[in-house]
Amino acid sequence: MNGLLLTTQQALQLLLLGDAELWTIVLLSFSVSLKAIIFTTPLALLLAFLLNHGNIPGSRIILAFFNSLLSVPTVVVGLFLYVLLTRQGPFGDLKLLFTHSAMVIGQMILCFPVLVALGYAAIQAADKRVWETARTLGAPTWFTILTIFYEVRFGLLAAVLTGFGRIISEVGISMMVGGNIMGYTRNITTAIALETSKGDFAQGIALGIVLLALSFLLTAFLSYIQGKKRVTT
Amino acid sequence: MKKILFLVLAHFLGLGLVHAEVIRLATTTSTENSGLLKVLIPYFEKQTGNVVHVLSVGTGQALRMGQDGNVDVVLVHAPKSEMRFVDAGYGLNRRSVMFNDFVIVGPENDPAKILGEKDTVKILQKIANAKYLFVSRGDDSGTHKKELFLWEKAKLKPGLSWYREVGQGMGRALQMANELKAYTMTDRGTWLVMRSKLSLKLLAEGDAELYNPYSIIAVNPARFPSINYLGAMSLIAWLTSIEGQDRISKFSLEGQPLFFPSAIKN
Repeated sequence: MNGLLLTTQQALQLLLLGDAELWTIVLLSFSVSLKAIIFTTPLALLLAFLLNHGNIPGSRIILAFFNSLLSVPTVVVGLFLYVLLTRQGPFGDLKLLFTHSAMVIGQMILCFPVLVALGYAAIQAADKRVWETARTLGAPTWFTILTIFYEVRFGLLAAVLTGFGRIISEVGISMMVGGNIMGYTRNITTAIALETSKGDFAQGIALGIVLLALSFLLTAFLSYIQGKKRVTT
Repeated sequence: MKKILFLVLAHFLGLGLVHAEVIRLATTTSTENSGLLKVLIPYFEKQTGNVVHVLSVGTGQALRMGQDGNVDVVLVHAPKSEMRFVDAGYGLNRRSVMFNDFVIVGPENDPAKILGEKDTVKILQKIANAKYLFVSRGDDSGTHKKELFLWEKAKLKPGLSWYREVGQGMGRALQMANELKAYTMTDRGTWLVMRSKLSLKLLAEGDAELYNPYSIIAVNPARFPSINYLGAMSLIAWLTSIEGQDRISKFSLEGQPLFFPSAIKN
């Protein structure tokens, strides 16, 4: 057990002393996952809204499809994207394999179903009268949509945070289409996998601490604003 | 208009516009895990102004990346596969860069009694006959190819009851052998880097069969006109230059060199 204590101590030292390589990795993780979630959110939530209010034929089937995608293994998404992006694949000319962008795209694919499914549930919970009232008061469609989104903002926020949690912690896609290139596509999870394989547990644990702290912050933030909501209503 | 839109999107996504002239090197876990490239590459980058992206995978996968045009240059250690790679027209300008050797490591008490045995074939036979645990990389890497070749040479078919194909890199395979108290074959570089974290012992070395040469090959630009052939060639030139070779021989751990340069014959 001495070993565990020692490596954790070394890990904390790495973090606190601002080990440059370590923080590059952390920043990269955030930059990729934040981009992915920012690009995905508007589109996914719009689709969730349309599935609710758009009278789309087969919307139940579409929803069932996205629900089933919630549990898709990340390596499958990674492999799928690899085959598409490989130089001889259909999008090979874009030269995207082993870049940031490939990671962002992969993570977008991964969090899209999460945002649609959870967004749908959140929007469904909105009072139907919001829609009707806004329409009868002559509000344009886009404004009505925003009003509904505002009504269910906590549910949507939960959806976004869940989606973010799914992509910041995934390793399969980042490893496959990012390639774990030092200083370029190495993120927290692929670095942990690599450091562990080299037997350098300290750096792995340090990165694990960052991930844990982050997920703790996200959860705390979520329960904080949800608690606030109960007080105000 | 469409083009502008695409450019804006591309910029936002951070597409490879700025990084167009990056050199992509696919290499084996042994050169990366040993820390060699981490030391060498910065010198090369500083001298030539190139940027190298290192993808560390097994030799089999590295060659596949080259074949598919996903990298510009490969640094691998499986001579037979390399020949096939060049013969098939996937790669050009194969140069030998350096060598070290494979060693056989195992639990300290050495239950199969291989210590002192020089002949690798006999060692494998001893392990197989007694059915002691043996960890195999199982990932189509250069080390794995070598190991399979040796089993074949020993006319043995490893049995599932004692042969563990782990499908991991060298560092991981060593850790697993350590936990399982098993025998395994490793390149000397990774062994020297990892040994302080392991309770395994070096048991056999020195057989000519265990020679481990590394070569660098440029991916054939005729197959993929857009790859960075010039970059690949400049990396090959540097690694096989007097300075590159010198840096390789100076890379050592606790006074022991991990690789021996082989590009320049005196």
